[in-house]
Amino acid sequence: MSASAGERERAAHVLDRLAFGARPGEVDRVTQLGVDRWIELQLHPERGDDAKSDARVAQYAREVIPDLSAQRILRAAESERQLNEVMLDFWMNHFNVFAGKRLDRYLIADYERETIRPRMWGSFEELLLATAKSPAMLVYLDNARSRGGALNENYARELMELHTLGVDGGYTQKDVTELARVLTGWSITRPDDGDIRFVFRRGVHDGGTKQVLGVTIQGGGMEEGERMIRFLARHPSTARFLATKLCQRLVADEPPPALVARVALRFTATNGDLRETVRAIVTSREFHDPRYYDAKMKSPFEYAISAIRAAGGTIVNPLPLARELRKLGEPLYFAQPPTGYADDAETWGNSGALVARVEFALALSTNKLRGIRIVTSDADALAKQLGAPEFQRQ
Amino acid sequence: MNRRDFVKTTTLALFGARLYGAAKKPRTVITIFQRGAVDGLNMIVPYGERAYYDARPTIAIPRDQVLDLDGFFGAHPSLQSLLPLWKNRSLAVIHAAGSPDATRSHFDAQDFMESGTPGIKSTRDGFLARALAARTGGAKLRAVSLTQTMPRIFAGSQDAIATPDITKFGNAMTAKVFASMYPEAFEAARVLQSVQAASTAAYPRNPLGNSLQQLARLIKSDIGLELAFTDVGGWDTHAGQNTPLANNLRGFAEAIAAFANDLGSRMHDVTVVTTSEFGRTVRENGNRGTDHGHGTVMLVLGGGVKGGMHGPWPGLGREQLFEGRDLAITTDFRDVFAEVLGVNVFPGHKARPVRFSAS
Repeated sequence: MSASAGERERAAHVLDRLAFGARPGEVDRVTQLGVDRWIELQLHPERGDDAKSDARVAQYAREVIPDLSAQRILRAAESERQLNEVMLDFWMNHFNVFAGKRLDRYLIADYERETIRPRMWGSFEELLLATAKSPAMLVYLDNARSRGGALNENYARELMELHTLGVDGGYTQKDVTELARVLTGWSITRPDDGDIRFVFRRGVHDGGTKQVLGVTIQGGGMEEGERMIRFLARHPSTARFLATKLCQRLVADEPPPALVARVALRFTATNGDLRETVRAIVTSREFHDPRYYDAKMKSPFEYAISAIRAAGGTIVNPLPLARELRKLGEPLYFAQPPTGYADDAETWGNSGALVARVEFALALSTNKLRGIRIVTSDADALAKQLGAPEFQRQ
Repeated sequence: MNRRDFVKTTTLALFGARLYGAAKKPRTVITIFQRGAVDGLNMIVPYGERAYYDARPTIAIPRDQVLDLDGFFGAHPSLQSLLPLWKNRSLAVIHAAGSPDATRSHFDAQDFMESGTPGIKSTRDGFLARALAARTGGAKLRAVSLTQTMPRIFAGSQDAIATPDITKFGNAMTAKVFASMYPEAFEAARVLQSVQAASTAAYPRNPLGNSLQQLARLIKSDIGLELAFTDVGGWDTHAGQNTPLANNLRGFAEAIAAFANDLGSRMHDVTVVTTSEFGRTVRENGNRGTDHGHGTVMLVLGGGVKGGMHGPWPGLGREQLFEGRDLAITTDFRDVFAEVLGVNVFPGHKARPVRFSAS
């Protein structure tokens, strides 16, 4: 009896962390299936059938932000591949691009659909290289305009600070400048030449010898940058930095150091295999330790989606919800700084944020949230459940 | 000794009172954070330095366009609306100011600035939270951040609330259902809803103008507001910086000028400080922009401020630059805030007076 109660709590925990919360009856379904089996299914999103969700999002296929937001919201709320959507949220934030920067308004749909989504379960190296060559990132962090003798350091710095080594990963200002030289010529085609694509412009590449992190790079072409990006992906600081960030997302704001160390080892041992890295976290003793149940504050996106799921709501039109996310403090695709949104209780737990959340809870429960329909016999009780401190946590 | 004790005993009793004089009623302090690292050299231009023009062939503000301040420095033409404050001596400009830590990471530099402990990542609270703890005000709503999320600078304070819009903080219907669940938040909401004071000045239609207008209403309503914070982005000008910087500076200056006009004589009870995580490279980059640098400029205005240029100027000669490329720092941002707040809330830092305070 107690074992099965524990198993139900474990099911609720994985639905909180590896999904956007439980829908009515879902804790029972996952308990019945077996929590570990459910996790294994989630680690292989390509195996399951998600036809219903695919059909729902098909009508929002244009390369515009409203359609992209609609797909993001519908998938998070309704897809059976829940962990896939959790990881999409993580990687879009890790490799943040601000849709308000110049051409990124038009480039970000392709970035999410073609650069990030297809590479979340493969090797980190390939994901990193794809972002480095994505027009969206080349515009956002200005590398598209960096030229030999006329450098722009923006991308080179964030590539090391935010995408790979971490700020304490052991690089210097000199490394930033030298890496910027390596990446000169990594640019985009002209907008008036049709579809915007990656292009290497040999004419503006700095062909001199460079020294980055102790590596000497003889003057060449695009292969210089590819070599350095692969080097960064395999660097021990990168393993540590990514393990920390993933554990912060999936386990706790201050994750147990022993777990982080094991995950970093697994990352290194598998050449940055992201499925195996995530598996090392979600099958760990620490992840399933009840002390970490409800230890994380939900982000606004996690909160809003989990409230709709818990209420058994039907999303008739996802677009008004995108506007609600702005009010809750996390507009999709509009995080301006390259750090993306914070992922901790300190950021999201203030009273102003809570007031916005209880307003959302009340509007949702009383069917005043446009685009969402719910059926309830006691709106007040539902509002109180969704607005309660416990429901802010996961 | 924990940090709160440190603040309350050591600093307030010995240092704060002796150095800055026992204040009567402490002023309301408004901090405006220019997130993204503002180009201080184009904001307040050292137009008397040839090296400035040598380093910036396409983006320097021409001599004949700066608004002269003292024959050596001139304000960016977009700061026109702040000139009356400069002329009536209530605007202090502290150039070559900033955080001594050498990081050029936005995130780390903002974190260090807001914790008030450059180079130390383990500090849990923000320095405005410590300043609030060191003060003794007893109002129901002592501190407000006009931001979507609680900024690091207030971390650890139970007495601050964060909301981007005070008029939309907790309506009557939600209060009915949730006031008992979140008593403190809805108490703050009640205070905010009691704010009647109108604001008459013409504010620019931008987020900073909107935030400062709300703060003006709070101050005029005498709710006992002690500390406030807001931030404004768009300063990370890596490419083609002249047009966006001009627009951002205009919006920034107009918002602050409107705030000062709106408060009128009440401005005597208020001090406004502007800060940014670091400055930008002296030399322009390959894209008519600037990369991450070191020193920048801070403004202090309002009651008790002795207007004018403050702090030593390190110069822009090659050997005078920080790490051979950036404006050096001669005034620590902690000294500016210690003087404004009247208390040193910076553990491990021996504050030196910048002397922009009128005695």
